[in-house]
Formats: sequence, structure tokens, C-alpha cells
Amino acid sequence: MSEIAPNMYRYDEFDARFVAERTEQFAGQVERRLTGELTEDQFKPLRLMNGLYLQLHAYMLRVAVPYGTLSSKQVRKLAHIARTYDKDFGHLTTRQNIQYNWIKLVDVPAILRELASVEMHAIQTSGNCIRNVTADQFAGAAADEIEDPRPLAEIVRQWSSLHPEFLFLPRKFKIAVSGSPNDRAALAYHDMAVEIVRNAQGRTGYKVLVGGGMGRTPYIAQVIGDFVEKDDILAFMEAVMRVYNEQGRRDNMYKARIKILTNALGIEEMRRQVNIEFAEIKQAGTLQLPKEELDRITAYFAPPAFETGLSDTMPDAGPAFANWVRTNVTAHKAKGYAIATITLKTPGQVPGDATSDQMDIIAGLMDEFSVGEVRVTHEQNLVLPHVRKKDLPAIFAKLRELDFASPNAGLITDIIACPGLDYCDLANARSIPIAQKIARTFEDLDRQHQIGELKIKISGCINACGHHHAGHIGILGVDKKGVEFYQLLLGGSGAEDASIGTIMGPGFTEHEITGAVERVVEVYLAQRKDGERFLDTYRRIGMEKFKAAAYETVAA
Amino acid sequence: MTKLLKSGAFAADAFNTIADDTALPEGAVIVSLARFEKERETLLARNTPIGVRLKSDENPTRLGADVNRLSLVALEFPKFRDGRAFSWARMLRTRLGFKGEIRAVGDFLFDQLSYQHRVGFDAWEVPDHFTVEMFNTALAEMTDVYQPAADGKKTIRQLRAR
Repeated sequence: MSEIAPNMYRYDEFDARFVAERTEQFAGQVERRLTGELTEDQFKPLRLMNGLYLQLHAYMLRVAVPYGTLSSKQVRKLAHIARTYDKDFGHLTTRQNIQYNWIKLVDVPAILRELASVEMHAIQTSGNCIRNVTADQFAGAAADEIEDPRPLAEIVRQWSSLHPEFLFLPRKFKIAVSGSPNDRAALAYHDMAVEIVRNAQGRTGYKVLVGGGMGRTPYIAQVIGDFVEKDDILAFMEAVMRVYNEQGRRDNMYKARIKILTNALGIEEMRRQVNIEFAEIKQAGTLQLPKEELDRITAYFAPPAFETGLSDTMPDAGPAFANWVRTNVTAHKAKGYAIATITLKTPGQVPGDATSDQMDIIAGLMDEFSVGEVRVTHEQNLVLPHVRKKDLPAIFAKLRELDFASPNAGLITDIIACPGLDYCDLANARSIPIAQKIARTFEDLDRQHQIGELKIKISGCINACGHHHAGHIGILGVDKKGVEFYQLLLGGSGAEDASIGTIMGPGFTEHEITGAVERVVEVYLAQRKDGERFLDTYRRIGMEKFKAAAYETVAA
Repeated sequence: MTKLLKSGAFAADAFNTIADDTALPEGAVIVSLARFEKERETLLARNTPIGVRLKSDENPTRLGADVNRLSLVALEFPKFRDGRAFSWARMLRTRLGFKGEIRAVGDFLFDQLSYQHRVGFDAWEVPDHFTVEMFNTALAEMTDVYQPAADGKKTIRQLRAR
């Protein structure tokens, strides 16, 4: 099948050489580790800076998907890598990346060369540096967007790539960008986040947030710049980074993130210090972002040539299709077009896993129906950003064959889960089997629709890779004397109404947790008023009734 | 043992690093920030080159205007993971306008040399097995850069515009 090149950033000779040289540099580091010249202690930060973790059973390689955008050519390459070097599947992460869990160290240079051949890499997907930047998965397509955030995300990607000053930060640093008032990128939970906003004069600029995060001490990010002018944005971000690099704690890795510094200084003092740095960097001038440069990068992301004269009516293709449209199709800015979400969450499936064959078939769908483009979402799903409404029935039919047509985007079975104890050596408990069991319990579609929007997020340890703090219902796996227990949290949100979930009380066993979730949902159904989501009801009535129900039969 | 690498070649160290409780010898010396602050008048009156060694939690702005009366600032890496000195070097060069030697001392890796070089270091105390070829390799691994830094190297954006 012929591949279609979507409108996304394309490497020029400089980007290509940069990634190629970085690949060879890392190949050299791997070689020095294999010969023993580097100790594991010395190799560790170097391999982490290139996305390579040592897991329970093997190395894990995390590949960067900058701001979640992939071409079909890249998806086919990712399928090929899974088939050739891994156990035939890849895992989509909550930071829009893809990771391979069964990698041999000796194969890593070859994999990186394969990635470089399709303008991909694993630079800064882990380690104490600025991580791969994420963005709204509906960027450039959503009807509610002020501006496409991808050009800025690409500019940030370049600025942060091997930034000499910020590669050995106190701790990891995650940046997200969004161009819509409806936050689909979990901005408030990022170390730094940029939201494109319009000011009273109608001019667009950037609102900058700082100090959000999950982990053992969750914080909602605070505004450090209300309206940063476009040409100042890199100078402003560099100022934030410098204040953090200088003053972020290095004595305790659990207190080393910028959220702790922001909270210790207070946002006013943080802002004062950042503004001092910012004024100097701006004055030096070398980091100013000229309009021509922003325009040049923006041109790469020009909207595809949308067909005109298309009907804006949703095709009628039966009740199963209608159900899928209801949850998995989102309004597009162009008439006759839609955004289709492919949830990798068919009940029973491992959230976010895709096999090589599935990736290849998705690449085919991308070429046939979505100008060769797909997005990875932080909820571990895929998105076809530009599809004609009239093609949706055909897409739905193909997805059904793949078992990827679950009409559950945003519903209770669209669960985020980290890899957990099945793969991760940080984990205290398994996440995947819990996600699978809950999804099976609520598999009945009528029941799911009756419940409506309800986001369950599961982490296998306090590091919160499964975003449990931000779940309407969060589940946190803990270890008590060698036994897995699961704490319930209620009332979190990662959207524009961001909040941190509240821990209900003592944990449940693996066998109790699904029942507890069911009873919590029953309380919601009994208590909700018209139009309330689970989150709204919880915010109105509080924890008490939910808690009483959750522990009801456990105590008996 | 370590040796001094400066301007791409091994060089004799003109400075003596003096412990806080040792009397100052003749000639060029490197002292701690604490000692410099305490014996500032005496040190500046000596009319011999002075260097100050900063720990990784010591911000060079503490030197104030005195910084440009120094010939050398040594920045410590207590552990190679401690990246504060990258910002200190950058500030010394681009904010404080320091033209003297910035020397990397302590625990750093071959793989950090190019980043150190970019933020303004121009001298390194390296282990004995280290060679000039290794230094040149470290600096040559990446041809181009995306960010402006203290080395004044043209960024990829500037190269594109040519």
C-alpha cells in the first residue's frame, strides 16, 4: 500500500544528522558498558537519558512520540521493531510514547538506527532531564481549539534536545502543551505546561503553569506566567528551568521535583525569581523566537486539504455504529470531518498494548482514511485526527475485525493502567489484571452508557504512572507485608477542572477491589441528579456515602 | 591522580589549591568561597592570580563584583548526577561576563564534557588515563546544537537561516 505523508514536522539535514550522531554516540556508550569500561552506575544516567530502563525481566526501551503524532510509515516501523526485537507487541504509555518491554541491550543500537530511518528516536524519554513533550491529541483537528499547539511543541522539542544546561536536573521534568480551553493533555499535572490563550485584545499568547505532578506528593500546577508573548516563550521556559536546576532539592529524590520547590518557595517567590532570570535571558536575545521561525515551523503542520462540499450529517449504520460514534467520535473543525478515537481497551485487553499486526492494520487505516496520520493519547488510546464522516462506518467495520472497536472512550472501561508488577521493578502491585477484571465486570455496554463519563486510573505504586490521583476513581496498588492491596481514591480529575483524588481509607485485596468499585458506582447511580457525571456527584455529596458502601461487605 | 586539560591540551597547573587551614603560599592559589569571603582583602591585595572553588550549592553571584578580579573559578561536581554547575558556568559567562578560566573538578563523566564545554567550562581536572584524543572525541560526537549557550556556537536555527 502506498504511504501518505501527513502534514507533520519533517526532519531537515540538521535534524537528521543530530539524531544519527546521537544514535552513534549512544551506541558507543552501550559498547563501553558491554566491555565493562562503564559501570552500571555510570551507564545508568546515560541509558536513561536515551529511554533505556532495566526492568524486572529485560531492558525496556521507551521510544519518543513527540506530542503523540505518528505517520503510517512510522507506525509500520514500530510494528517491525516489535516483531523483530520484542515479543511482537508494543505498549502505549500515558506520556504518548511507545515502549518495548523485552529488549536486549546488544540490539539497542540497531533499533535506534531503525528509528532514525523514520525520523524517530528515544532521546530524553527517561532520566532526570526534560522529557519528551506531550500535547493535546486532537491538536490541529479539534473544533474547540484556539491554535494548534504542535508547532510550539516541536520548537520545545528542539530546544530541549540535549540542552547542555539541563541534562542533569534534580529529577525528571515533564512538559505538556495545549491549544484548547478543554484540557485533554492533563496540563495541571505537569512540571511545566503551556496553554495557548487569547487575551482581551484578541491576541494569542501563552499561559504557563508550573509545579504540577503526581507521585507520592501530588500537586496541581499553578500559573507562573499569565500571558507570555510568543517570542518570549523559550526565554521564559529557560528561566523556569534555571531556577529549578539551581534550587530543586538534590538530597532526597522524593522531594526533588519542581512541584516541591514551587510549594516551598510559594508561587509568588517562584514567579519573582523566574522573572529575574527571564528578564536577563530575554535581554541577551539569543533565545527569542522570531515570528518567522514560528511561522516556518507552523507551516509543517498546515491542515490537510480538506474536501469541501461534504455532508456534515453522521451516516446511519446501525445501533452498534451509533454507540461507537456516541463515545469515540469528536467534533472536527472542518465540515464533513470527524475525529475518531480508537480505544485500545476492549474489556479483557491489556490497556495500551498493540501487537505488530494490529499496528500494521492501523497504519493501513491511517493511509486509507486519515491522511496517513495517527495520534497517541495520554489515555493510552489512538486517534485518527482527520476522517470524513462518510468513512466512519467503514473505519468502524475494520476496527471491529481488529477488536479495537470498543465504544468506550471516556467510559468506565476506558481505564488507564501502568504496566505494574507484571513488568516494572518499581511496582508494588499488579495493575493490568485489576484493569482487566474491572473492565470485564462493566463490560455490558448499556450499563456503561448508563454510568456515563467515568475515568478509572490505576497505578501499581506511588510513582503514579497510571495517574491514579487524576482518576474520577483512582486505584493505587500498595504492598503490605508481601500482599498486594489496592487503595481507592475518589474525585480526581486531569482535565480543565483538575483536582487531586482523596484516599478513601484502608486498601482492598485483589479480590475485594472490583466489588468496592461496583458499590461506589451504585452509590453514584442512586445519588446523581440530572446530567451529573460521577465526578460532579462526588463533588456535591462528598466521600461519606461512597465510603460506607465500599467497605460494606468487606467488613461482613 | 588527576591532570589538567586546558584549551584542548594537557597543561601544567599554575595554581595551587589550598586547604582552608593551610597558610597561603606564594603564587597563584585556589581557595574555597568561605576562605575568599573571610580573607577577601588579603587575597585581593596579594597581586597574584586568585581562583575560587565553588561547591555545587554555591551560587557564583555570591562573588558579586569581585568575580572579575578572579583569574579562575573552579566548579565542583560532587557526583556526576549533580548538574548545578552547568547553570553556574552558564551564569558566570553570560550574566557575570567572567572571562577567566572555569575549571571542572570532581566527579564528572567523559559523556558530560561536551555539555560542560557548551556552558562555558574551558579547563578540566581529568583522571590520569584520560587522553587528548578522548577529549576531542567527546567534543566532536555531536556536530550541531539546537540551543544558544555560552560557547557562542551557531545553533541549528541560525545554520538553517543561512
